[in-house]
Amino acid sequence: MFYIHCPYCQEYREEEEFHPRGQGHLMRPADPDNATDEEWGDYLFFRDNPRGIHHELWVHSVGCRKFFNITRNTVTYEILETYPMGEQPTITAESEKLRKEQGVQTADGGWQTIGAQPDSRALNEEISS
Amino acid sequence: MTQTNRIDAGGRVDRAQTLEFTFNGQRYQGLKGDTLASALLANGVDIVNRSFKYSRARGIVAAGAEEPNAVVQLGAREETQVPNVRATQQALYKGLVARSTNGWPNVQRDVMSWVGKLGGGFMPPGFYYKTFMAPASMWMTYEKYIRKGAGLGRAPHESDPDIYDHMHHHCDVMVIGAGPAGLAAALSAARAGARVILCDEQEEMGGSLLDTRETLDGVAAARWVEATVKELSGLENVTLLPRTTANGYHDHNFVTLHERRTEHLADTASEAGFAGESRARLHRVRAGQVILASGTHERPLVYANNDLPGNMLAGAVSTYIRRYAVVPGKKLVLSTSNDHAYRAALDWKEAGREIVAIVDARANPDGDLVRQARDSGIRVITGSSVVEARGGQRVTGARVCAIDLERFVVTGKTEELECDTIASSGGYSPVVHLSSHTGTRPQWNEELLGFVPGEVKGMISAGGVAGHYGLDKTLADGERAGREAAQKSGFSEAQITLPATRARRDGPACALYQVPHEKTALRAPKQFVDLQNDVTAAGIELATREGFESIEHVKRYTALGFGTDQGKLGNINGMAIAARCLDRSIPEVGTTVFRPNYTPVTFGAIVGRHCGELFDPKRYTALHQWHVENGAEFEDVGQWKRPWYFPRTVNGKKETMHEAVARECLAVREKVGILDASTLGKIDIQGPDAREFMGRVYTNKWAQLAPGRVRYGLMCKDDGMLMDDGTTSCLADNHFLMTTTTGGAAGVLEWLELWHQTEWPELQVYFNSVTDHWATMTVTGPDARKLLSELTDLDLDKESFKFMDWRDAVVADVPARIFRISFTGELAFEINVQANYALHVWKKLFEHGEKHDLTPYGTETMHVLRAEKGLIIVGQDTDGSVTPEDLGMQWAIGYDKPFPWIGKRALSRPDTVRGDRKQFVGLKPKDPSVVLEEGAQIVFDKEQAIPMAMKGHVTSSYYSPSLGHGFALAVVVEGRDRMGQTVYLPMPDGTVHEAEITSPVFIDPKGERQNV
Amino acid sequence: MSNASAREFNTVPAGNPGVESPLAWSYRQQKVSSPASAGVVLREKALLGHMVLRGGAIVLDEAVRQVLGMSLPAKPNTITRDEAGERSIQWISPDEWLVIVPGGEEFDLEHRLRESLGDAHFSIVNVSGGQTVLMLAGDHAREVLMKTVSFDVHPSAFPVGKGVTTIFAKATVVLRRASETEWELVIRRSFADYCYRWLLDAASEYGVDSQ
Repeated sequence: MFYIHCPYCQEYREEEEFHPRGQGHLMRPADPDNATDEEWGDYLFFRDNPRGIHHELWVHSVGCRKFFNITRNTVTYEILETYPMGEQPTITAESEKLRKEQGVQTADGGWQTIGAQPDSRALNEEISS
Repeated sequence: MTQTNRIDAGGRVDRAQTLEFTFNGQRYQGLKGDTLASALLANGVDIVNRSFKYSRARGIVAAGAEEPNAVVQLGAREETQVPNVRATQQALYKGLVARSTNGWPNVQRDVMSWVGKLGGGFMPPGFYYKTFMAPASMWMTYEKYIRKGAGLGRAPHESDPDIYDHMHHHCDVMVIGAGPAGLAAALSAARAGARVILCDEQEEMGGSLLDTRETLDGVAAARWVEATVKELSGLENVTLLPRTTANGYHDHNFVTLHERRTEHLADTASEAGFAGESRARLHRVRAGQVILASGTHERPLVYANNDLPGNMLAGAVSTYIRRYAVVPGKKLVLSTSNDHAYRAALDWKEAGREIVAIVDARANPDGDLVRQARDSGIRVITGSSVVEARGGQRVTGARVCAIDLERFVVTGKTEELECDTIASSGGYSPVVHLSSHTGTRPQWNEELLGFVPGEVKGMISAGGVAGHYGLDKTLADGERAGREAAQKSGFSEAQITLPATRARRDGPACALYQVPHEKTALRAPKQFVDLQNDVTAAGIELATREGFESIEHVKRYTALGFGTDQGKLGNINGMAIAARCLDRSIPEVGTTVFRPNYTPVTFGAIVGRHCGELFDPKRYTALHQWHVENGAEFEDVGQWKRPWYFPRTVNGKKETMHEAVARECLAVREKVGILDASTLGKIDIQGPDAREFMGRVYTNKWAQLAPGRVRYGLMCKDDGMLMDDGTTSCLADNHFLMTTTTGGAAGVLEWLELWHQTEWPELQVYFNSVTDHWATMTVTGPDARKLLSELTDLDLDKESFKFMDWRDAVVADVPARIFRISFTGELAFEINVQANYALHVWKKLFEHGEKHDLTPYGTETMHVLRAEKGLIIVGQDTDGSVTPEDLGMQWAIGYDKPFPWIGKRALSRPDTVRGDRKQFVGLKPKDPSVVLEEGAQIVFDKEQAIPMAMKGHVTSSYYSPSLGHGFALAVVVEGRDRMGQTVYLPMPDGTVHEAEITSPVFIDPKGERQNV
Repeated sequence: MSNASAREFNTVPAGNPGVESPLAWSYRQQKVSSPASAGVVLREKALLGHMVLRGGAIVLDEAVRQVLGMSLPAKPNTITRDEAGERSIQWISPDEWLVIVPGGEEFDLEHRLRESLGDAHFSIVNVSGGQTVLMLAGDHAREVLMKTVSFDVHPSAFPVGKGVTTIFAKATVVLRRASETEWELVIRRSFADYCYRWLLDAASEYGVDSQ
């Protein structure tokens, strides 16, 4: 059971509120009518299945109903970041490789979205103050 | 029978409360505070089970979750049976009834034991695979007997009288285990202000502190436990869960806990005085930080006949004496590789029983406990080990030899010692199971001679499990873990003062995973590694010799660490033996993966409240009560309860479904019927780009649809396959109401959002579900207009309110939106009202409908009527591999729409344009009395030998009362070119039906009736 | 005429025809209990006006200030209420808010909002017939919720004024903390009976006052 930070609700929610929708950042060919059968077949049927960093499309179906992307490690199941539609991941297989080569440790803050903190406590303080 | 092994003083049992219980039909007495295991030992019961594979007599070995043998079937009555309960974990209660899991007719005389007696070379690992696989077809037969013989406990045949539930938790710090490390951690984190949950699987919190010889602050350690638990229980931010096992550790610090709430008191919750409360509860915890303080399990030594009753773990001997005031024998031999185990001998001696000798594998042991033992006059034999236990039904002696661990041989002379109990200790294995559940591999620590937990994000291991042995170190490490966890959760550190311990010096332990024997492992009496699964050292050796090199393969070949045991006692020894045989190091061989659950969890706890009436939501329409009162039979459509048909009672006889449906069908075709269509999905679409969006997600055209009009639309996926259909009404230029199939409602809404949010965010449009807001009543049949006109002022004339129009109106004084659409082929009005007023309008329709013979009909009649018209049901007549063209619905495809709508490009893929696709047709059985089976396969050549070429299948099939014969819808290869041809439908019973391919429209092909 | 391109439709009758809340059927099925020492209190706040507001936060905020005299909650998962506590606006998603008002006000509200919003891109959807509100209170209300929703209902994570859409057993709920002592559960009509049965069952060990 994942614990997923919804970038729209800005808090962590249980996996049961979400639906996975497969590989993220899929592009529908811009001009379908002139796409070759092979291009169209690739778009319809072929997906990446990497070991390690992967970007996935999820939807907060029992929640805000918004789609967003997750950068997830398919080996450890760690979710490295979540980000709204239209944004690009800050962590990729290439960036991780680079970090390792440069000997830079990955930050271990535990929060999936950059800058995100469990805001329940902050919210509480704000309202009660 | 008296409690012969009970001692008069000490222990945490209440001697004033005697409890009667029954084991294997025999009545015994124990004390309040006993476990079933300690009570059995108190009564001198040696044999508690027969082993899984060889049916050997087995006794109690351990005192906790790691017990491999005393796995019993609990329950006084059939409905309260619980299999796979560890007697060491089951608190004794008055009237407890338990049986051995294995053994027939009883554990003393077991008819299956001949299998074990033939033993030796007869049942090597892989025995079942090797012996019973030929012929393969017979395996099913063999398996039944093997399983019966093996016995893994049995499920009750009657319903459980108890209830179970779940509870969700969130906390900053989840502490697993309330031994010294866990208590110190919980106290430290709790005082800092963190939300803390502390769970422990035992009856009492305290873990090893409940039976330790050591003191805290100069007094019994249990006093500190009491004070600490008392403080924790008074803190608002702490949840204490005793009798609660952390059974699974899942992704992102999600931990499942199994709390036994009344199982320690009686057979059922109501007998325990807790009627209406749950017997067990599954807690689902999402923790910020997990502190794993699960401690260690002692490893038994692997020597010949080490499974005879009377062979026990050294630590268990101490626990039974100090905690339960039970000495499980008269004469003890202790065989050990470390200092810590010496306490068993000291405890035994202090209990007033004879200690024959301590046999230590080390040449020069000299720790504090060793000195203490020597000082008290106990004989210590060094550089030696018990190599073989003697005895039949119980240990009668131990054979001791000097051993050379370097060369793995026995040296020197042997000595026979007379005894009835052999306690052994081969060291301690940190309980890494939970950390392994996350997928992390444990790490070998050569100094500890054990695996410690690997790194898990958000987990801190503390105390024994982290390799901190010795009470002072364990407490300090627990305090550190609690402090760190609180800090990581955003709390500042709190002060706690740890109790003072007396320093004790332990000498180094030696590595001893298997004791050598004069004979080779294969020839020596069995040396058991995994007692629960009957895996021997010889079995592991044989597996490596047969070429199994990966420890995961060795595990599967031998069953090491399988089942409910999950390798608690045997895994490390087993891996070490495999490593020795393969001439590799232990870390090279690695560990197998420990899996959830740590100990068995009842199905009741897993299911919780999701059973019976609450198994799955039942969705009701606003008219449900009327349907119930009018005798409807219901059909499940997804989670909805829809009226299936409304049987009438004629002359005291209730109509059959066939009779009711025939009557309902004719009523619609000849007079007027009414259907509750509220379950259809309804989506409100608003925005300036609503129309453009519709054009992109539907296959047909929407540019010209005027306000006041309705259109039927098909929705495809981008692979060109039909996914949903329905009508959509133009309410205003920028406002549409889409209907979906009942089952597709949620999926279609998500589909629209998917495309809007990910592909076309520039389009200005919003989608919202209004399925539950509107109730929909379909009034249909030639007399529909006459009936409706009595309830509304709206002009229903066919010229002013045309087919595929909608109008706002007032029906029976309630604002209504009426759609002139038809799913029956007859004149039809779909009346939508706000659901809170639906029952009122429905009843008014019936008040006026009586004189028109208004007939309620259900989904079955709806299906027959729509099928007679060749109207598809998505998901019944289609299956995700059918295009609109396959259905012959080219009229609903906007090939020349400007935007490349979803599914368009795929319609020209080679696979979708190939000539031999299956096409949607009607089937008319040659025999008018035949109603074909839905799903029946269609062949062109009935004489063809099996396997026949299957050319299609029946998708819908009914009897038509209007036509007077059966009819069907089907998909058939090149079906539209085969009109009038005969096809065949071979059935499993050998009959072959014949049918003619026809148009799928059986009634009113020109569609005149719905336009009247 | 406001926003001529969308269709307004008042679904509330002018007269007084029979009306039934989504829980009417359940109330007839389940025995009502009111023990002296109930640990859980359950009440329906029936037949309220429920509206879904979609659009940009800035234009909608202006409109609701003008029409309702309340501000739009901009912070995720929060609710604003009027002084009487009768009208509320809840953040559902970055472009969606749930407005609950006394029954019968919804059509007029929709009309005035449409007028105020003019040509802006927005949507207003009346869902009054499709959902209802259950009030949950009592000493053991939080434990009942812990048996029911996986969302954290501890006061530190769920202060008064918070509201979330989440899973309710095997259905869904909009869960709101109305006050220190009261929770509001906005449930869908078709699931209302399931939710109600579930709550009665989960709360039975504490004693339920269902009136």
